[in-house]
Amino acid sequence: MIKILVVDDETDVRVLFEQRFRREIRKGEYSFTFAYSGEEALDFIHAHASEVVLILSDINMPGMSGLELLKRIRQEYNAPPPVPPQVMMITAYGDADSRQQALQLGANDFLTKPVDFTALKEKLHAIGIHEN
Amino acid sequence: MSLNTSLLISILMALLIVRALRRFLDLPTRIPRLNALLTYIWVPGAALTLLATVFRWRTDQLDELYMLFVLASVLLVLARLRDYRPARTLLLALAPYVVYSAIELVLAVTGRELMKRYDDIFETSQGFALIWLITFVFIARSQKKTLEAERLLREEETKAKERIEAQNAELERLVAERTATLTTQAEELQQALTELKTTQAQLIQAEKMASLGELTAGIAHEIQNPLNFVTNFSDVSTELVSELEEEQQKPQRDAELEADLLADLKQNLQKINHHGQRAASIVRGMLEHSRASSGERQPTDINLLADEYLRLAYHGLRAKNKSFNATLHTDFDMSLGKVEAVSQDLGRVLLNLFTNAFYAVQKRKEMQPSINGYMPTVSVITRRGPDDTVEVRVRDNGTGMPEGVQQKIFQPFFTTKPTGEGTGLGLSLSYDIVTKGHGGTLSVETQEGEYTEFIISLPA
Repeated sequence: MIKILVVDDETDVRVLFEQRFRREIRKGEYSFTFAYSGEEALDFIHAHASEVVLILSDINMPGMSGLELLKRIRQEYNAPPPVPPQVMMITAYGDADSRQQALQLGANDFLTKPVDFTALKEKLHAIGIHEN
Repeated sequence: MSLNTSLLISILMALLIVRALRRFLDLPTRIPRLNALLTYIWVPGAALTLLATVFRWRTDQLDELYMLFVLASVLLVLARLRDYRPARTLLLALAPYVVYSAIELVLAVTGRELMKRYDDIFETSQGFALIWLITFVFIARSQKKTLEAERLLREEETKAKERIEAQNAELERLVAERTATLTTQAEELQQALTELKTTQAQLIQAEKMASLGELTAGIAHEIQNPLNFVTNFSDVSTELVSELEEEQQKPQRDAELEADLLADLKQNLQKINHHGQRAASIVRGMLEHSRASSGERQPTDINLLADEYLRLAYHGLRAKNKSFNATLHTDFDMSLGKVEAVSQDLGRVLLNLFTNAFYAVQKRKEMQPSINGYMPTVSVITRRGPDDTVEVRVRDNGTGMPEGVQQKIFQPFFTTKPTGEGTGLGLSLSYDIVTKGHGGTLSVETQEGEYTEFIISLPA
């Protein structure tokens, strides 16, 4: 089972993800955890460092932004073991600058809102194969 | 042939008298025609001389006769000039002498006996007449002098008067000129004032549009999020419906799953509705902001307004500077209730204060990038203030303001931003909206390098 942490200040993201991935969740392929700010996400990672395989984070959040969160994660969990988590950034601003910056800071992928869940599932599937 | 010498002497005397008279009484100007005639005073004398010579008519009285004629002429002249006082005096001076001469002449012709008898009396009379004549001639002279002096004085006065009049005229001209200039200037000023008023109205509109420009990016982001949810939730609902249909085709239907799916569907529809409303309210807010203010106060939820504009301002700045990040802190007194306010005007004030706050924290972060742990924070706090007022405090932990800047921030066109970035009207308009438009107060507390806090106080 792949454990995924979703970070977004919009709380409805939870409902959305749970419905979109209801079959996968039911089958036990993925398990989701939600954090509503960068700080909350960091706290969760600190407590469950070895469990989280993938982090999906929004960039634009009050307080600690997604990019800062990414930077912190890369600073703290760079060298294995445990295996560093994959981080995908999600943003409403799909401009080249943000993408560049995210990738530079060590993001594994960059998605724009509205999220194309079919594409996301394919990506996750690829990671799942890789995991296996 | 011998000339009548005494007659010739008389002619000479007549000429002298005429000359003296002309000079004394200024005859050429006073009576030019008579004066011209006087030139020929010698003619009768000459005629008499000629007659006497031709007819050898010798008599002692010829010269006296001529003299009498001359004196009569002089009297005539004087009589004509009687309005002139020295002339009158001369008339008086001459009269006894002429009378005496006439009597003497008559007597000389008619009664020599009488003359001889009263020789003494005649002698005395002649002397008296002569003295009288001389005396009055002197009086006339002095009168003339006096008159001359008076005339001079009058002339002086006239000249002075003329000078004054000329000066007056000049002054009047100057005044008229100045008045014309002033009128023109007043007209020009009036026109300038009209132009300024037009410009002011345009500037206010421009400021409004500029703030709308700042809003646009924030609004776009704010609308994007709910729209994404609408899209996603409707997509996922389609999936749920398909799953439900599949489930219904199965011979053994899972009632529990179906119920779950229906519950999710219902929830999704509510979410779609919620996010649709959210987007609609943002668009409504934007329209309200761009629309000319109605100026009518209506019950307004200050907390909602502050929250809405805080987010708009934040996302507006984010859109311009993507690396910028700030913590938004809200502390609302939920028991405030509604406040009478012109929401779009007050929204502009809040937007302006928030934009400034974000600008200040951004500046501080740029100035001190090395300082770790600096968290740009913008807070909005609503509270009940003293004396039944409602307070909205907009606080940032940005650059703060030095004393000099603090005193000027509410002045129109004052800005610390680089040319072209700020109109310098934001705070001055905000001040007007709060004070004049709402009867409230707008004040500021600040510490350079620490914080700035604007306090809007509105009557509840």
